[in-house]
Amino acid sequence: MRSEMSDKPLVHVENLKKHFPIRRGIIFQRQVGAVQAVDGVSFDIHRGETMGLVGESGCGKSTTGRTMLRLYPPTAGSVLFGGKDIFKSNGRDLLAIRRQAQMIFQDPYASLNPRWTVNAIVGEPLWVHGLAKGRAQTERVQELLKLVGLNPMYINRYPHEFSGGQRQRIGVARALASDPEFIICDEPISALDVSIQAQVVNLLEDLQDKLGLTYLFIAHDLSMVRHICDRVAVMYLGKIVELAPKDELYNNPLHPYAQALLSAVPVPDPKAERKRQRIILTGDVPSPVNPPSGCHFHTRCPIAQSVCSEQEPEWRDPTVSGGHWVACHLAQ
Amino acid sequence: MPTILQVQNLQTRFKTYDGLVYAVNGISYDLNEGETLGVVGESGCGKSVSMLSIMGLIPQPPGQIAGGQALYHGSDLLKKSDAEMRHIRGKEVAMVFQDPMTSLNPVLTIGFQISEALQLHMAMNADQARHRTIELLEMVGMSQADRAFDNYPHQFSGGMRQRAMIAMAIACMPQILIADEPTTALDVTIQAQIVELVKRLRDEIGMAIIWITHDLGIIAGLAQRVIVMYAGFIVEHASVDEVYDNPRHPYTISLLGALPRVDMSREERLTSIPGLPPNLIGLPKGCPFAPRCRFVVDRCRQENPPLIAVAPNHEIACWVNVQTGDLR
Repeated sequence: MRSEMSDKPLVHVENLKKHFPIRRGIIFQRQVGAVQAVDGVSFDIHRGETMGLVGESGCGKSTTGRTMLRLYPPTAGSVLFGGKDIFKSNGRDLLAIRRQAQMIFQDPYASLNPRWTVNAIVGEPLWVHGLAKGRAQTERVQELLKLVGLNPMYINRYPHEFSGGQRQRIGVARALASDPEFIICDEPISALDVSIQAQVVNLLEDLQDKLGLTYLFIAHDLSMVRHICDRVAVMYLGKIVELAPKDELYNNPLHPYAQALLSAVPVPDPKAERKRQRIILTGDVPSPVNPPSGCHFHTRCPIAQSVCSEQEPEWRDPTVSGGHWVACHLAQ
Repeated sequence: MPTILQVQNLQTRFKTYDGLVYAVNGISYDLNEGETLGVVGESGCGKSVSMLSIMGLIPQPPGQIAGGQALYHGSDLLKKSDAEMRHIRGKEVAMVFQDPMTSLNPVLTIGFQISEALQLHMAMNADQARHRTIELLEMVGMSQADRAFDNYPHQFSGGMRQRAMIAMAIACMPQILIADEPTTALDVTIQAQIVELVKRLRDEIGMAIIWITHDLGIIAGLAQRVIVMYAGFIVEHASVDEVYDNPRHPYTISLLGALPRVDMSREERLTSIPGLPPNLIGLPKGCPFAPRCRFVVDRCRQENPPLIAVAPNHEIACWVNVQTGDLR
């Protein structure tokens, strides 16, 4: 783990829920159900740490990230950032928090305004937070471009003039503009080619060392998460099923879903591949509108017993070494 | 094993407003019966276009097959008429595409789309085709196959749609299956399901497979031989063990160095390849990888290295012997 960790977490997420209502009717709309995208998620992130949040599409990992910063209004729960509750803050307080907590998005083609120049895109946080204007803004933007490995001469270009990897660098520069402490990276590399992925990951690691950043790294690429993160949380259908330091999780996964997920990832090594035992899960992820009773995973779990469909498993740490949390009745 | 497909010096270009795009620049390889060949490369390296060229699926214009041969059982696929190709596509050589939602017709049932091929190629009547289609859907692991027959693509999940696409591809028991990134749009647990399925079908039917991907992980467990492509050229071609244990082209070496592994901890930095893949307008002078290569020498900028054998079952296109630093 990285050095400057203190006991008090920088971010504390408690029982976070986000349900999207499903409405029927044309004039008199009534709610007929809810997509329970995030259904009671709790975790801490320490200063200087990289926390990984992994899971398959639709498990609620991106919604968790977006709701944490109130890009979606939360349904329930609280998120403390440096001791302040983001969900209870308004106006000036919220603006101050948002200056400290930024986000990098997945799709560098959709997340940059095509009609704005790089100067406007990267400079926007500067004028929103009143940090720099006019010439000072331009200079700061050029400095940021240099920091992320782009030529400062590109300041008056538009997003379409850049490749995917370069656009993602612009997204990183924009996130860094307000000098934040905490950045949520929402699948920042999944739209990029392999050789470009490594460039962006190395950039994120360098910036963390240089600026002492704290990351929440949301991804579905489990190999990359093992490389970049300190601790990793695995999500399934709106809930965290396992959370542990990365080597502990990857070497000794306790939850049957985490075991299956890790065994499904192919390894670029033919000899290791021939020896690997895969746990092939049957079926698809159930709908989050009507998630299964008890443990959400029991419909696909290879070791499920009757208790799994009846009771929701408690969140516990069964290990001797500690710090390895799992939500499973049967994990030991 | 007898050779089933022999591609020689295939060249595909596209006319665009910006100039002629050299998508595939003289690639040659063989495919043996029952073998799985992996084709690896990043987006825009020509891996899909080279397969579409063989299948006669390149719209001409703007595309043009500028040269080469694709001998299937000795007869050149590139010289066949559209009508002749229609008898080969789907029956002898079938293809599975990346995105199952855009390659299925949304207004026709899954059953209709699969049985259509059977009625066309195998001269079955509607009842026989229906019966066989349900068998195929069961083969690819579709639950309640008789009900799935009458369902539309939107009623299935991504994994199920890809299963339906595979059922359609194997409907006429083709000799070659070309899989163009069939699992890229899927989640990793579903990807594992599809890979297991294809391995099982390969052993049952005995077809040869060309598996195109950018994921070096999948190929490691699936293919016997691997082709690495860059900028429309084959840069390395070797058996799967050779490529991973003993990569010799600087591009392959960097690509493998850029990959973290899920099964072991790796603290050192990833090797990133500086710069960007080349723009394919106009043929590059010299080696196309030279501007991004760590081992570059003067000759690389002047002359494009040919693909030559450096060991048994191992060909590379590079002037530099990366292990010793000598020139070839």
